Amino acid sequence: MALAAEQLETTTGRVQYRALAFRRIVLICGMVVALFLSVSIDMALGPANYTLSEVLTSLFSSGTVSDQLRVVIWDIRMPIALMAITVGASLSVAGAQMQTILANPLASPFTLGISAAAGFGAALGLVGGVALFPAAVQFMIPINAFLMAMAAALFIHFASTMRGVTVETIVLLGIALVFTFNALLSLLEYLASEQALAAVVFWTMGSLTKATWPKVWITGAVLIFAVPLFARQAWALTALRLGEDKAASLGINVRRLRLHTMMTVSLLAAIPVSFVGTIGFVGLVGPHIARMLVGEDQRFFLPASVLCGALLLSATSVVSKTIIPGAILPIGVITALVGVPFFFILIFTNRRRAW
Amino acid sequence: MVGLALKGVGAKYGKHTVLSDVDTDVLNGGVMTAVIGPNAAGKSTLFKRIAGLAPGPGTVVLSDTLKGPETICYMPQDTGANAVLTVYESVLLASKQGSSWKVRDSELLEIDRILQALRIDDLAFRGLGELSGGQRQLVSIAQALVRKPEILLMDEPTSALDLFRQIEVLGFMRSLAAKSGMSVLIALHDLNHALRYCSNTIVIARGAMVASGPTDDVITDSMLRDIYRVEARVEMCSHGKPVVIVDHSIL
Repeated sequence: MALAAEQLETTTGRVQYRALAFRRIVLICGMVVALFLSVSIDMALGPANYTLSEVLTSLFSSGTVSDQLRVVIWDIRMPIALMAITVGASLSVAGAQMQTILANPLASPFTLGISAAAGFGAALGLVGGVALFPAAVQFMIPINAFLMAMAAALFIHFASTMRGVTVETIVLLGIALVFTFNALLSLLEYLASEQALAAVVFWTMGSLTKATWPKVWITGAVLIFAVPLFARQAWALTALRLGEDKAASLGINVRRLRLHTMMTVSLLAAIPVSFVGTIGFVGLVGPHIARMLVGEDQRFFLPASVLCGALLLSATSVVSKTIIPGAILPIGVITALVGVPFFFILIFTNRRRAW
Repeated sequence: MVGLALKGVGAKYGKHTVLSDVDTDVLNGGVMTAVIGPNAAGKSTLFKRIAGLAPGPGTVVLSDTLKGPETICYMPQDTGANAVLTVYESVLLASKQGSSWKVRDSELLEIDRILQALRIDDLAFRGLGELSGGQRQLVSIAQALVRKPEILLMDEPTSALDLFRQIEVLGFMRSLAAKSGMSVLIALHDLNHALRYCSNTIVIARGAMVASGPTDDVITDSMLRDIYRVEARVEMCSHGKPVVIVDHSIL
């Protein structure tokens, strides 16, 4: 009897832990369902409104619907809807891992200057017609944006490899990059013609309307390449949140982990920004929402970050189409307007620490 | 049971030597060895060097040549307070490094057992950020124990604990070492704890080893005067145990 009681006592934590893990899995599954619904609604909305059942029929039984519906859904709206989820997921995961390795809640592609660098790269093409990769002039804007974003990311990356450079220094360097590229962008805007200025302003607001299947494949491929890399390091990345000393004491090569993660994150942040422009909010807040929902065990935090980012941008895409009927507002602007109230609700109702 | 000996061990950060010439006889498993010395003497650096986390000259010799550095576990002074993790999760991840995502029941039962032994099972599902410094130190000990090290390097594990918890933790560690054969090196500031719980003592001062041997032989009036700059006496208490009585500091 005494032995049975003791055994029961020692299993209490185990049972509670299993229940906690189960709750998180259910939450993640719920987010998958919500994302599917959001994407379906996103595809139903547009100049020609379709019902949800028409969209679902077109998705799962495309042979039975009209050619017009099939073309609108598959060739026009689906690339935009999928671009929203791949870009949202990529930026959110990039932000999540930047916050993890730099131990800073403010780290994101936006706050570390990667988005600002991309904006400057795009403006170089839009205002001055400067192609940083002259062999592909027809793709000048996204390539300029990508090259500048990668340059900024690599600068941060190599700065972090230098001896004596702390995570705080890296964040400060990122903020310095933001100011530098924003100043250069303002200079270009000052010198720009009226038409070029409008193009730059529109680009920096972020937009999904130019999404195409190749862009979706490229963004998706980078995401599919990056997530398993992070997943393999799930325990190590989680341990990094206990502090450098503690992580090292657990046998983790902190320097190497940080470098590898930063390299992957650079790619993950630069590609989407070069295709859709500056969307700042998702990379910063997506991970925070995920963290509040499932904590920082990367086995849950990683998929939750993917889903939060994807859901946030997909829901934003829906809202951007519905605020003014017939018009699609820039998604970079709407992201914050959709995300902030939700973020506030989570902060004020969540009793657990968010950071 | 794995013993440990240090042969000319030192540590360098860049070109700057911060620790040199630490030599000891074999520190046997099953007992605790105190590492004492003033602040910034090099105690944490010595631990990091033994654990392979700091570069430097010399050799760390394990008595069982078949065992590698993975048998050594360094326990830093604190565990992250900012992580959004529960105590239970933080102990679990300490045991899971390098292994798969799947968590077995046996691993969870081991965590339950350790949390109960340290009497922090009531904190299991509290967030790390909600804990006091002392509670976090106990979590840190749990994170070290769950890895089942054969040589455990504890860096001031009792500095934030109240007196009751200090005695409880040190008594627990001593009996655990005796039972499991684990070799425990423990950095301490309270010399009475060293006298009471540790068989051997290493004294570090100004980045070098000053003395090493049985605790009763090492902690002496003259050592206290030379290293700690205090006028003090080591006397026997009414229970027949040595205690340090400090009279005053030497200006």
